[in-house]
Amino acid sequence: MTTRGAAVVIVGGGVTGLSAGWWLARDGVDVLVLEKGIVGWEASGRNGGGATHVYSPFGLEEQRLWPQMDALLGYPTEHQSFRIGVALSEAQLALARRWAEIGEARGFRWELLDRRQLKELVPIVGDNAIGGTYLHFGGHANPQRTVQAYAWALADLGGRILQHTTVTGLVQRGGRVSAVETTRGTLGADAVVVAAGPQTGLFADMLGVTLPLAPARVEMIATEPIPLMRVGGVAGNGLYGRQTLRGNLVYGGGPHEWINVPDMATPEHRNTPLVRNLARRLAELFPGAAHVRLIRAWSGLVENTPDGLPVVDRLVNPDNVVIATMSSVGFGLSPASGRAISELVQHGRCSFADLGALALSRFADTPDDWRERAGWVATHAEVELAAGGDD
Amino acid sequence: MRAVDRRSLTGKGPRADRHVPLIVIGAGAAGVAAAVEAARSGVETLLIDEHPVDNDMMAMDVPLCFGQRMQPAIRNRALMLERVVETNPALASAHEAGVDVQLGTYVWGAFVGGPTVQELPSPMLGLADERRSWLVSYDRLIVAAGARDVLLGFAGWERAGTLGAGGAAALVTRYRALSARRLVVVGSGALGLHTAALALDHGIDVAGVVEVESRVRGDEATAKALAERGVPFFTGHTIREARGRVGEIESVVLAALDGDGRPIAGRDREIACDAVCLAVGLVPSVELLHLVGARLRFERALGGWVPQVDAWMRTSVPTVFAAGDCAGFHDAMLAAPEIAREQGRLAGLGAAVSLHALDRHEADRRRGHASPATPASADVFAYWQAWLRSLIEASGWDVNICQCEEVTRRELVQTRPPRYLGWDSPQMKARDLTTLLRDGPLNQDQIKRLTRAGMGPCQSRRCREQVGLLLAHAAETSIEQIPLPTFRPPVRPLPLNVLWPADEPNAMREDWVSWFGIPTQFSPHWEPGMVLDEPTAHARLIVSDE
Repeated sequence: MTTRGAAVVIVGGGVTGLSAGWWLARDGVDVLVLEKGIVGWEASGRNGGGATHVYSPFGLEEQRLWPQMDALLGYPTEHQSFRIGVALSEAQLALARRWAEIGEARGFRWELLDRRQLKELVPIVGDNAIGGTYLHFGGHANPQRTVQAYAWALADLGGRILQHTTVTGLVQRGGRVSAVETTRGTLGADAVVVAAGPQTGLFADMLGVTLPLAPARVEMIATEPIPLMRVGGVAGNGLYGRQTLRGNLVYGGGPHEWINVPDMATPEHRNTPLVRNLARRLAELFPGAAHVRLIRAWSGLVENTPDGLPVVDRLVNPDNVVIATMSSVGFGLSPASGRAISELVQHGRCSFADLGALALSRFADTPDDWRERAGWVATHAEVELAAGGDD
Repeated sequence: MRAVDRRSLTGKGPRADRHVPLIVIGAGAAGVAAAVEAARSGVETLLIDEHPVDNDMMAMDVPLCFGQRMQPAIRNRALMLERVVETNPALASAHEAGVDVQLGTYVWGAFVGGPTVQELPSPMLGLADERRSWLVSYDRLIVAAGARDVLLGFAGWERAGTLGAGGAAALVTRYRALSARRLVVVGSGALGLHTAALALDHGIDVAGVVEVESRVRGDEATAKALAERGVPFFTGHTIREARGRVGEIESVVLAALDGDGRPIAGRDREIACDAVCLAVGLVPSVELLHLVGARLRFERALGGWVPQVDAWMRTSVPTVFAAGDCAGFHDAMLAAPEIAREQGRLAGLGAAVSLHALDRHEADRRRGHASPATPASADVFAYWQAWLRSLIEASGWDVNICQCEEVTRRELVQTRPPRYLGWDSPQMKARDLTTLLRDGPLNQDQIKRLTRAGMGPCQSRRCREQVGLLLAHAAETSIEQIPLPTFRPPVRPLPLNVLWPADEPNAMREDWVSWFGIPTQFSPHWEPGMVLDEPTAHARLIVSDE
């Protein structure tokens, strides 16, 4: 093989790995992203696009960076500012307020909306809504456009991406990872970032490090376009999502299915009749759009740590590896998480956020059967292939 | 002890409203034959067909390209139901055999278990009519879903009156409600000639048959008979443009082509017509086969992606069979419905045997000499490519390839972001299909994400094939190198208040959360131990439909 390694090799071309690669390339670092399929093809391109995570250590940086991302990347992300929360019950209103208050604690502004104000802003809400919140912070973007924007921007800065390249092993020498083994040969590396989504745990295993992760399947739906609302970032009733700039209502939520990811392969992205329940939730949230046609549904695989918080950490041994999983909440935080990873790789610390809560060491005592204890397990331990008959 | 995550799907798997040992999708020649064979073997069989399709669905060119040429009578559901029954005499044999026949029923989803879907008690279909949706599980499924129209755009093809041969045939024969009076037929292969004859037989004028090749592609005698009935043939021609006021086709401009397939200046001619019927080919309707995970392979002579089947029309998924046009379409099947019928019989017998309702020897005896059809050898893709090249020569690059999302040929190959973003940057300008190809092989789904071609309400029925053909053309790659663009449920565009379940189990409502419901997940990191729990009770929800 003629492919050469790089100063920093990133395992995983999802939104986190791409952002990290882009930040590294901005600093002039020679970077190579390895992706087993197409960039952003998994959860990174299959989410609601939300960018309102002020509770996170990355939250302030997320809020600072998003409005600049189009200009910084040179490609469109469809980022839009502000969010509206719709409540159909007192309990939902309390939750929406709590989200707003978390933002307030970090210095952001919000307003409570009564039903009339809510209906003025969001004409498709109905009389079943009791009120809502208007956040003068947060926002959302188009995940599919954004992952491609990161990839292209990274390449514009001289970084490289190898798609359809699966990493099969990590070569260790003298307390460091010196190379990665791939389906295209072995590639040398001075430092390695593992941001491989549900498969991140497998790479941690290879390094003798335990990273507890449970993968799950989640589903989303999209309607035909309807006239654009003043604010597209409207959610509630147990749904997350947005109206796209084209006008489609794109929403997800509801029960997830815990699964096993047996190896590096990603199973098909199947939907279930849950799309009907999602349709119902959406029509309840927006009675004025109940007649709108559903034209697409999809599913994605995401991984969670036991406490649902990310792991973004530089290992001690080997000491040139950064492990990153965003624990199912990666897209919106990606401008900030990528920057943090870039700093960890280059300087060993993050200058803008305290990553203490995201350290891998917090799982040192996690028992092996933690998934069973939490009930985060696939229905059948043994995976049956396809829809087999009895004959 | 094993705990249960209340917020997960565990224990909330969907329950089917009904279980049927065998479901047959599609009441065409293949589907009816399959259902009859199975029912005669004692298998309880449900035969589903979506016709009569309602007006709103037809207006989106779903499932066929009806080109807004439906008579208002289409809105009369009872009348249309009467007509689809009356014009499909084979249905009577299904009734006689004891088959449960449900017409006017859409199949919008096919759900099967797999590594990522274990909370599904049984494979099941999502069905719907105009008012509600429901789920039916099955032991065996026979897909006889037919074939779709292959459309190729030209300037003005957004105008009402751009039909597909399949849509036109359905309106003429099944609904008797085609409003076009004067057709120009595009394509002189078996499908084009068949369509022209059908139109004449039903009192519709045929203003011309246009053929890109230098001679008539279909049967000479058939063409001669049509010519004798006054149908002009324009070989070595392509379409430059459809014209008309207020969004209706009133005429079409043909361009004469030289030996290299380029329009000859000054040789255009305008023909008055109220419809242009694209009859260059049909493509197997494999969306449901894709959803159940049946292995598909690309066959140039059979219209593209087709299921791999055995001698009993069984797909790679042991519970699923395929028969008729959706298992592979070629010209001979137009004139010989017995090919589809034989395939249907095989599938029906095969399904009965696999359900132990029929002895293998008895099935062999009843099978007789029936065999899966011998495929024709014609490479329809080369033909479609020739059409596409001529249309690009005649109407240029600024013709919409995707009508729903208004994406032009040029915007597609330049991988432009949609116009409504108003995006302009030097970086974006430097990117196109060529630069994308440096990163990896062509993938239609990826181009779709970037350009939005194929993302509209018609669910890419009008552009799927031409996008693939144009990408192959522009990238100078062969069409089979492009992976099948995925199909997603719902494979029919249906309203939220039709798809929604009228009733949900309590657990679904009570334990519903927007994300995983992990209390620490969204806790402010500066307040250790603080949890943010999502409420699970929803007090004031609107209840049910009606």
